[in-house]
Amino acid sequence: MGNALRFSRRSVLKTMTAAGGLGALGAGLPWTPAMAKTLVIGFLYVGPRDDYGYNQAHAEGAAAVKAMPGVKVLEEEKVPETVDVENSMESMINLDGASLLFPTSFGYFDPYVLKEAKKHPDLTFLHCGGLWTPGKHPTNVGSYFGYIDEAEYLSGIVAAYASKSKKLGFIAAKPIPQVLRNINSFTLGARSVDPTITTAVVFTGDWSMPVKEAEAANSLIDQGADVLTCHVDSPKVIVETAEKRGVFATGYHASQATLAPKGYLTGAEWNWAKVYTDFVKMVQGGITPPNLVRGGLKEGIIKTSPYGAAVSDAARRHADAVKAKFMDGSFVIYKGPIKDNKGNSVVAEGKSHGQTDIALESMNWLVEGVTGSIS
Amino acid sequence: MDHASLGWWGVPLAVLAGAIRVSTPFLFVSLGECLTEKSGRINLGLEGTLVMGAMSGYATAYLTGNPWAGVLVAGLAGSLLGVLHAAICALERVNDIAVGIALMLLGTGLAFFLGKPFIQPQAPQLPAIPFGWWSGSAQVRSALDINPLFLVGLALAPLLLWGLRTTRWGMVLRIVGESAEAARAMGYPINRVRLLATAAGGFFAGVGGSFLSLSYPGSWNERLSSGQGITAVALVIFARWDPVLCVWASLLFGGAGALGPALQSVGVTQGYHLFNAAPYVLTLAIMIATSSSRHRLAGAPAELSVTR
Repeated sequence: MGNALRFSRRSVLKTMTAAGGLGALGAGLPWTPAMAKTLVIGFLYVGPRDDYGYNQAHAEGAAAVKAMPGVKVLEEEKVPETVDVENSMESMINLDGASLLFPTSFGYFDPYVLKEAKKHPDLTFLHCGGLWTPGKHPTNVGSYFGYIDEAEYLSGIVAAYASKSKKLGFIAAKPIPQVLRNINSFTLGARSVDPTITTAVVFTGDWSMPVKEAEAANSLIDQGADVLTCHVDSPKVIVETAEKRGVFATGYHASQATLAPKGYLTGAEWNWAKVYTDFVKMVQGGITPPNLVRGGLKEGIIKTSPYGAAVSDAARRHADAVKAKFMDGSFVIYKGPIKDNKGNSVVAEGKSHGQTDIALESMNWLVEGVTGSIS
Repeated sequence: MDHASLGWWGVPLAVLAGAIRVSTPFLFVSLGECLTEKSGRINLGLEGTLVMGAMSGYATAYLTGNPWAGVLVAGLAGSLLGVLHAAICALERVNDIAVGIALMLLGTGLAFFLGKPFIQPQAPQLPAIPFGWWSGSAQVRSALDINPLFLVGLALAPLLLWGLRTTRWGMVLRIVGESAEAARAMGYPINRVRLLATAAGGFFAGVGGSFLSLSYPGSWNERLSSGQGITAVALVIFARWDPVLCVWASLLFGGAGALGPALQSVGVTQGYHLFNAAPYVLTLAIMIATSSSRHRLAGAPAELSVTR
């Protein structure tokens, strides 16, 4: 009881001093009105921002925001998905005056972002990957994510043309719906070119396990896989191992082309630069950003890496034709009949799931042609 | 044969190749720790030393263009951390385990801080010796691309065993580790012996770290070690403080680690979590099978704070 009292007195004092100080600043400094126009934006990453992967993709988006007029960008790397992210956001808000925050890791959302958003109802929190639900979550929170499996489908097409052994390898972290969706789309893309192609999947068990990822890559290559791809936080080790062993690779999250000048075919990349600059323009223009943003190639949230030298003309033509259909919104990846790799029908004949279909966000099967199991 | 699939033969090959590729850091750290523990001190900080070695080795190789310079710097960085551990432990009433944990945090933290600019660049890698030139199979050739550091580790183990058993230095080290009082009575400088043993142990662990970043998987990032340093410290107990047994323990661990991915790639996919846990299950099983409540572990130096 005494403790609680003392704490509240202290925070009252602190608030009063801060308010007083701000008031004095406002009165005393002639450039304060100009400063007020500067939008302070905070980006929080779960890992290092130059990891050739998930965090680098976000940091490239932040770099595009930095180039805009009237903004000040704060970045913090390696923020764990714990109460630490709350503290980091607090300090960005209280010390630097951030009013727009991008906590970019999935695990930040519940409860940390939600808690901070309730505490600061006048600030905006835009979170990557979460599913904002009206009525349940505060209105100053938004969530955005992309249908990156469209780009995986295109990677699958390109991989199918490059493969001689007709065996592809996929190194994945955990069998969660987003990952399974990428594996399935990649495989469906490849099998649209040649239905005899199979994809062998190795799950490593966690988002960043460099030694296990290298072992998985070597094992898959030893088993005859000649195109590798992955869904892990940093594809660097896998792409480097593929290049060392003389097989092809398609990338993920960001472009790894510089790591494998010979074997890099293409890749599925986030286009956060567009998403972030759009959000910032909205906030600068006084528009409230939408709470739920989803999109793929058409909306510009996803992009593909430029084709590598090893991609044949036939592969380019085929992938470009499908990409054009994605761009006009007429292409559906999950169109029946589709069977899973145990022989059960998962999408019935005549049925189709478009990208926005919520059923796809709870995927728990691997498509026919995938060697692997999710348990 | 270039694109031929090996089928089930891929599993033993992957385990063998994995044993060679993955075991080297375990080997160096456990040999280093073996030496340190023989002097009667535990250095739990070798996880930090390993990460520091990986970072400093990678950074040096990148900046100088010479991977062997990286190995040397990694070793020196490791011995520096070893000296620090020994110097703090030489003070009165200092617990070596607590200091080790502190140094583990210091080493990893420092490596993350200093290693930030080196996550993205690609450093030159240590060359491998192609022992598989005789084979027509690309898989076998790749499995037998052996890094010279692995061979150094293999040679080091019997050398250490011989040194500990038959040389005067080895004997002094063992006396200090078995009975500090006897060593003091005979006039041996206990702290100096332990300092040298910990510094040498740190050097080996640092070199082990440089293998991670300069050979396999051959890249610097913050999750590179994921606990291998700590595992290697446990391997020493598992190997009963015998350097040659450390080699076998490291190979076993490396091979067991390769089992999970290898089985999944041939299509045995049910229960991969279990296969991924194989090395740890194996350690637990052997520890339980060989431990006894009646006497201390055979071969344990009597001065070790955990066995005293």
